[in-house]
Amino acid sequence: MAVTGAILVLYLIAHMYGNLKVFSGQEAFDGYAHNLRVLGTPLLPEHGFLWLARLILLASVLIHIYAAVSLWLRARRARPASQRYQVTKRVHRTYSSYTMRWGGVLIALFTIFHILHLTVNVISPGGASDSPYERLVNGFQPEFWFVTLFYVAAVIAVGFHLRHGIWSGLATLGVNQANRQPKMNAVATGLSLILTVGFLLPPLAVTFGLVS
Amino acid sequence: MNITLRVWRQKGRDDEGRMVTYKLTDVSPDMSFLEMLDVLNEKLTLESEEPVAFDHDCREGICGACGVVIDGEAHGPERTTTCQLHMRSFNDGDTITVEPWRASAFPVVKDLVVDRGAFDRIIQAGGYVSAPTGTAPDAHANPIPKPDADRAFDAATCIGCGACVAACPNASSMLFTAAKVTHLGMLPQGQPERASRVVQMVNQQDAEDFGGCTNIGECAAVCPKGIPLDTISQLNQDLLGSLGKGIG
Amino acid sequence: MSENDLYIEGEPIRDEKAPEGPISERWDQRRFSAKLVNPANRRKLSVIIIGTGLAGASAAATMGEAGYNVTTFCYQDSPRRAHSIAAQGGINAAKNYRNDGDSIHRLFYDTVKGGDFRSRESNVYRLAQTSVEIIDQCVAQGVPFAREYGGLLDNRSFGGVQVSRTFYARGQTGQQLLIGAYQALERQIAAGSVQMHTRHEMLELIISGGKARGVIVRDMLTGEIETHFADAVVLATGGYGNVFYLSTNAMGSNVTATWRAHRKGAHFANPCYTQIHPTCIPVSGDYQSKLTLMSESLRNDGRIWVPKDKGDKRDPRQIPEDERDYYLERKYPAFGNLVPRDIASRAAKNVCDEGHGVGPSGLGVYLDFADATERMGREAVESKYGNLFDMYQRITGENPYEVPMRIYPAVHYTMGGLWVDYDLQSSIPGLFVTGEANFSDHGANRLGASALMQGLADGYFVLPNTINDYLADGPFEAMDESHPDAQEAKEQVTSRIDKLLSIQGSRTVDSFHKELGTIMWEYCGMERTEEGLRKAIELIRNLRSEFWRDVKVLGTNEELNQALEKAGRVVDFLELGELMCIDALHRRESCGGHFRAESQTEDGEALRHDDEFAYVAAWEFGGDDNKPVLHKENLEYEYVEMKQRSYK
Repeated sequence: MAVTGAILVLYLIAHMYGNLKVFSGQEAFDGYAHNLRVLGTPLLPEHGFLWLARLILLASVLIHIYAAVSLWLRARRARPASQRYQVTKRVHRTYSSYTMRWGGVLIALFTIFHILHLTVNVISPGGASDSPYERLVNGFQPEFWFVTLFYVAAVIAVGFHLRHGIWSGLATLGVNQANRQPKMNAVATGLSLILTVGFLLPPLAVTFGLVS
Repeated sequence: MNITLRVWRQKGRDDEGRMVTYKLTDVSPDMSFLEMLDVLNEKLTLESEEPVAFDHDCREGICGACGVVIDGEAHGPERTTTCQLHMRSFNDGDTITVEPWRASAFPVVKDLVVDRGAFDRIIQAGGYVSAPTGTAPDAHANPIPKPDADRAFDAATCIGCGACVAACPNASSMLFTAAKVTHLGMLPQGQPERASRVVQMVNQQDAEDFGGCTNIGECAAVCPKGIPLDTISQLNQDLLGSLGKGIG
Repeated sequence: MSENDLYIEGEPIRDEKAPEGPISERWDQRRFSAKLVNPANRRKLSVIIIGTGLAGASAAATMGEAGYNVTTFCYQDSPRRAHSIAAQGGINAAKNYRNDGDSIHRLFYDTVKGGDFRSRESNVYRLAQTSVEIIDQCVAQGVPFAREYGGLLDNRSFGGVQVSRTFYARGQTGQQLLIGAYQALERQIAAGSVQMHTRHEMLELIISGGKARGVIVRDMLTGEIETHFADAVVLATGGYGNVFYLSTNAMGSNVTATWRAHRKGAHFANPCYTQIHPTCIPVSGDYQSKLTLMSESLRNDGRIWVPKDKGDKRDPRQIPEDERDYYLERKYPAFGNLVPRDIASRAAKNVCDEGHGVGPSGLGVYLDFADATERMGREAVESKYGNLFDMYQRITGENPYEVPMRIYPAVHYTMGGLWVDYDLQSSIPGLFVTGEANFSDHGANRLGASALMQGLADGYFVLPNTINDYLADGPFEAMDESHPDAQEAKEQVTSRIDKLLSIQGSRTVDSFHKELGTIMWEYCGMERTEEGLRKAIELIRNLRSEFWRDVKVLGTNEELNQALEKAGRVVDFLELGELMCIDALHRRESCGGHFRAESQTEDGEALRHDDEFAYVAAWEFGGDDNKPVLHKENLEYEYVEMKQRSYK
């Protein structure tokens, strides 16, 4: 769980970096996307790096989901619905830790939509295009506010997921020590905030007409 | 003060349970929570209703026998054991819900009493130092740096009450196991068995049907002895180390 | 032989196993003369151990390791909950790590003197010798004793001795030692050499052919009455302080195992020797279920006082220095606040009886840390006593850093118990008794930090080296449940349970227990008189017959029934209480924890009568309607000169 989570976090950082290229204009954005496809050539065939990355990501996602589902099932076995408390009270746990499971499901659904939308371009509100930049701009036009809204909601869910996920991953990897806890919390909160904001900026910028 | 109690009543392990409401008058704020239950039981007995069964023994917060979930919190609103919780933590007129620890690994035996034998079996799996009587070297043969000794001690204060499991949304026993792994792992005496201990204990807690740890932290937040959450990271470190050595 | 209205005096007895010769060689000698059991034969020999406190768990672990076939029972849901866990202060050992003049001989001397010359020299010397090994053993198990920055073990001075020989683990020494023994026990359970039965309570001893051969236990979850056999039975069931209802014992601590053995022929020695601990939190109301002790290490830095004016209700902080009576420092300038427990307790009772007591009930004295805080700084006080202060605050709702604590004595430990010889064998062959359950090492008063020492000495080192002398003659004739002796014992248990469930009277078990406790505290507590004790005996007899007429126990046997469990224990307390009073009445002297108002010096100190009472009073059960029989074991002192204790 922690290891695959870490891979996905690293990926998100790179992904956000790419996204933010949108503010440097169409050329830079499309160029970046193209570069990803030819990265590693001629050592790797064209799209080789991309598929390698996609494979690793897919494997990570699947393992991550598998681990999550088994944890979920274990938790249900450890305290079945028939044994739930009549009164529950949050003592210490963060809101983000609550959202891990259903938030995770939301994120999975969103990821599928997101790939269909901006990668494969099967779903193409505002018109399909070969230019990733145009796909983006088309997809988040003000009239498709509901796409933006869904996107925003999903990114916030990712933020919450990361807030607890980063903390928990660090703890599982053995980093947690009493005197490191403030730092760990800062890393978890900081990183998830940066990623959330970083991912929110491009579509909002499009929707509000800052990028066209 | 007057209070209303909602108490889980269950005749036996295989019976259906339910919440039953009782009213109690003249509760003194200086009573401990368990003394309040004593008063309830005296009253019930005189009314020929079976008293509420609950585990308790030392009543000074150290044996770990007592423990119920009070208004959704393991051991109630103070960070201490149920026996050290006093009625002054409640208000006149309160309705207080009292439930047993809930976990498949801790089946309810009767009313508020659960079976925590799983904890003993986790210790059996490796929560010890193999030091047969009479084989010990002089106590001063092995100086231990004070910070290590203190950290071992902090972890060793666990009383095995099970509040960590009761409070964990996953019903995981990780804090309990981690406390023992940390206690013995910090001491030179615990080194020879350190790698196998953690693997065996973790395997046993999985076999007992405890849930998995997702680092939520409710366990440490309700622990009456303040076992630090970072013991779980210590366990994970030791576990990674053991896997690296091919144990497990 | 003589008889009076309360008891019959029988033949004197002596400890046949005690070796002769120089005291420092006796334990070696006994270990050498005791028969050994070949390791290959040990698994054919079975031992039942009742109780999993320090004395029981350590014995079970050690004998399991040695290869015996051990079966263990405890009434709690886990062996780790035994009440040894609650001991706070520490454990003594004659390591002399402090180079302050300590030695085995000094620990021996202090213990004999502290016990007011009512213990056996040989036993106490062995205890002091063994103390050294206990610390080594516990450290090897990973017990996290307090350490200094150099990494070596810390020691402190404790409870009325002038050397620093007490090892401790913050305020939770008992817990850490018990967890060490518990882990060793669990290791043997995993190895299959010990069978553990939790939530099982021993209700009867099986005797066959004059030997202890097994026990009848009740499975507290199902009510099943089970029969278990063995070649020897060990009782490690702790003390009987709960006869007072309010004590520092755990709620479940009881006398049933030892009392049932007593009824089957085991002599009960010195039942009146009760230790009243001076530093407990005072009673706050009649709903009170137990008393909480605070480690007497508090007396190392705290000062005890009462207002000089009777009934002074001012806030203690407003009472000026010259209107305070630091009565221990005044009466005992040499030891001050560190006088032994019995003396500190009675002094508190006396000042309260005179009307100087503080708190709502007037039954309390101040334990003040203002001077200590000034001298050491609040931080040092906090690091040393923080957990005790927190506990006090939690229970009373008062902040001891600001307001002096209020303390009052409470029943804490019972020095009396089943009579045993040097091998820890009772007067029933094959029945061994360890820890607080026996009477052996503390005489009339136990020193602080010595209970843990005795429990572990008995369990780790003494019993495993003496029980072999008895087991070497085994295995004994095989028995099964149909054996008439087993049937009889089982029948006694079931009929008692049936009777308790059939009365359906009008009073709860607790109400009887509380009433018994009040009688015992009033007449057989810190100060005893002939008149009071006679009255108590009368009251107890009446209460007992009322109990059997009017007790109300609901539910059935075939379930977890906590009222039934309690009822069975109170039955035995009601019988024990009477014997305690008879013992207290017959001992017309003051010694250690037993203070007879008729026997005191001019300035109110305890006055022993060595010419008449330098003996162990071992009581034989005479039958339900007969008087108990007193057997005296004479005590002789070769190595410590008998003199009146003085802590002035």
